[in-house]
Amino acid sequence: MANFGNLSLALAFSFSIYSTIALFFGTQSGRREVVKSGYNALYAVLFFATCATVALIVLLARSDFNIEYVANYTNRDLPMFYKLAAFWGGQKGSLLLWTWLLALFSAIIAYRQRHLRGDFINYALGIMMLTSIFFLLLNKFVANPFDTLGIQHQEGLSAVPFTPRDGRGLNPLLQHPEMVIHPPVLYVGFVGFVVPFAFAMAALMTKEMGNAWLKITRRWSLASWFFLGAGILLGANWAYVELGWGGYWAWDPVENASLMPWLTGTAFLHSVIVQERRNMLKVWNVSLISATYLLCIFGTFITRSGIVSSVHAFAKSSIGYYFLVFLGLMAIGSAYLILTRLKYLKSENELDTLVSRESSFLFNNIVLLAACFAVLWGTMFPTLSEAIRGEQITIGPPFFNKINIPIGLFLLFLTGIAPLLAWRKTSGRSLRKNFLPPVAAGIIAAVALIIAGVRSVYPVMSFALCAFVLVTIVSEFYRGTAARIRATGEQFIEAFTNLILRNKRRYGGYVVHLGVVMMFAGFTGSAFNTETHAEIREGEQFTIKDYTLVCRKVEEGENPNFAYLRATLDVIKNGKQAYSLHPEKRYYFASEQATSEVAIKSTLKEDLYVVFSGMDENGGPAVIQAYVNPLVVWIWIGGFTLAFGTLLTVLPDAREVRFNRRKRELERMLEASEKI
Amino acid sequence: MGRKTLRFSLGIGVVIAALIFFAISGFQEGKAYYKTIEELNAMGESAYGKRLKVAGYVEDGSIERHGREVSFKLQQDDILLAVRYTGSSPVPDTFKDGAEAVIEGKYHEDGTFEAKKIQAKCASKYEKEYGAARAKTQS
Repeated sequence: MANFGNLSLALAFSFSIYSTIALFFGTQSGRREVVKSGYNALYAVLFFATCATVALIVLLARSDFNIEYVANYTNRDLPMFYKLAAFWGGQKGSLLLWTWLLALFSAIIAYRQRHLRGDFINYALGIMMLTSIFFLLLNKFVANPFDTLGIQHQEGLSAVPFTPRDGRGLNPLLQHPEMVIHPPVLYVGFVGFVVPFAFAMAALMTKEMGNAWLKITRRWSLASWFFLGAGILLGANWAYVELGWGGYWAWDPVENASLMPWLTGTAFLHSVIVQERRNMLKVWNVSLISATYLLCIFGTFITRSGIVSSVHAFAKSSIGYYFLVFLGLMAIGSAYLILTRLKYLKSENELDTLVSRESSFLFNNIVLLAACFAVLWGTMFPTLSEAIRGEQITIGPPFFNKINIPIGLFLLFLTGIAPLLAWRKTSGRSLRKNFLPPVAAGIIAAVALIIAGVRSVYPVMSFALCAFVLVTIVSEFYRGTAARIRATGEQFIEAFTNLILRNKRRYGGYVVHLGVVMMFAGFTGSAFNTETHAEIREGEQFTIKDYTLVCRKVEEGENPNFAYLRATLDVIKNGKQAYSLHPEKRYYFASEQATSEVAIKSTLKEDLYVVFSGMDENGGPAVIQAYVNPLVVWIWIGGFTLAFGTLLTVLPDAREVRFNRRKRELERMLEASEKI
Repeated sequence: MGRKTLRFSLGIGVVIAALIFFAISGFQEGKAYYKTIEELNAMGESAYGKRLKVAGYVEDGSIERHGREVSFKLQQDDILLAVRYTGSSPVPDTFKDGAEAVIEGKYHEDGTFEAKKIQAKCASKYEKEYGAARAKTQS
């Protein structure tokens, strides 16, 4: 099976090289049969990448511990679900997942555009295959998941195959349903952004610098952005429920690595609207998507290797150099294409006034990029300072918070203000009329909070801005519906639904913003977190805020995978017993690791979050850490709202459905005529 | 035209200047020097009062818990460092004898290190057992 996997990788690698060459040179020289063979080779890449993927799945399922990857990430007693999820539990497997997803996406595009096979599409697929070559090179020669274990008994002798009796087991922290779906979701986002990048580069190559590449890739960009964001949120949620320190975001290099392309991706989604509407910012957009692509690859690299923690770790794995070289080449390549095509990228319009929709987008882009740059700087600073000055200086969360909180608030402000601004320029009168209700809402929220005793500046600003944006969004829906009722005479609900369905992009966007507002409210809640620490025996109790926790019992137990200590805590609120919580401390046998299973009671107002830190030495009391985290649940609700909004913007409009039906009919006719 | 450009530059300039200000002050607050125990000893007087990060291995049998405070010894290349952890969150689950740990806090004149944060990574048992005898074979 390992041989089969290796052979598949070798074949996929060869076909990806052939496909890239055939697509580029076949198109350039206008030889259709060569291009056609390039398409077929592309399908072959998907076929063999799938074979390699299946091979690794089979090896994982069969617990073949002669395979280094299987031995490193699974063990016999691991539930089958997690044995298979170990596919993306380590670097080698996740890189294979990358390859497979990229091959799949390339094949989907190739198949959907098979009738056109224009230069533009061919080049785009060529770029995707070029990226495939790199990842298959890693899969085959640098981080091969099919490597076998062997023991070299003596210097100079060849290694004897070696199969350990049991594997090391999957890191217990990863044995969590969310951690199982988090990596693939994130990867769909990373890989998805290759598509708009490839089309942008193809547009530069063919010098067709209209909006065609934006039209073709709009859904890919949105979907990738969505998956990337969902992946980040899943990771945050996993950290919250699994890591047991009461928070969900720590500005860890791995988290930062996935956030950076999301930030540039968000900037890109906004600035393409300006290009579509006003034919401006073309250079900016191709640069943004290039940056996003590079950051996605960079992110893949960081999430799966320890480079950032130390330069020394960097030297340990050679894979870093491959990534650096590839990133460098792609950066130079895309910069070259952009610079040599500048004259085709001329803006057809210019910014008129500071108070306009365009300029709100411009500022949105500037601060998103600033946030990305700050995160990049903070993430790479330890590595850079060690490389340059020989002294490693790390930058902690205070740096990231200090710069990103004001950026976040400014973005929130723009989210509220942009829909009120007109394209080109906004008249003072409409500004005053539209602004009054939201501004009033913001001021009322701020005053209410100050009266309630909140004295810190950022939380007051944040909640005031949330109210401001919320009222803007609601009044947008209201004004649209009211106008529709006047124009068509429909009932309120009918008018409301039709309003959204007729203009999914616009109103879907507002729903996304609504989700963002909820998430900001959730983030702001962290300013009011409280925590307490208690050492209690059975029957004793402690209080945190208005909760009283009584320790009912502490019990022990075990199953083949792990042993556990479980505390049962009765929670008393407002004088009556509300519910019980069962935080656990687990010890996993295979990996010899302890983990805490946090008990959380979520309400819309706040989370009660209880961690069983362990027993004090020699039969002492149970050590319990409890947190009350206000509004956290709104982050996840906001995430779902955002997902729903994105779905709305991606669904085709009625007009588009008709157009596509017509297009398919034409294609069928074309196909029939080709046969004759 | 000239006035418009000026306005935009001014707007963008103000935003960027504010961000640079936040970045610098955040940097001062968040920076910590990453040292080995040997380097820490070599720093002498200058080590006191700085925010420091030190990496090493948790000395076997040195962990003592007193309520929420945990004291232990950090070891690297046979040099030991006495550490007192007084942070607010519980020590991570991976923190145990032999684990690779990174502590962050301040070094005091009495020769102890007061840590406010601990990150720990399990020393992987597999590498220890088979690591030396491991050779990759590729078919």
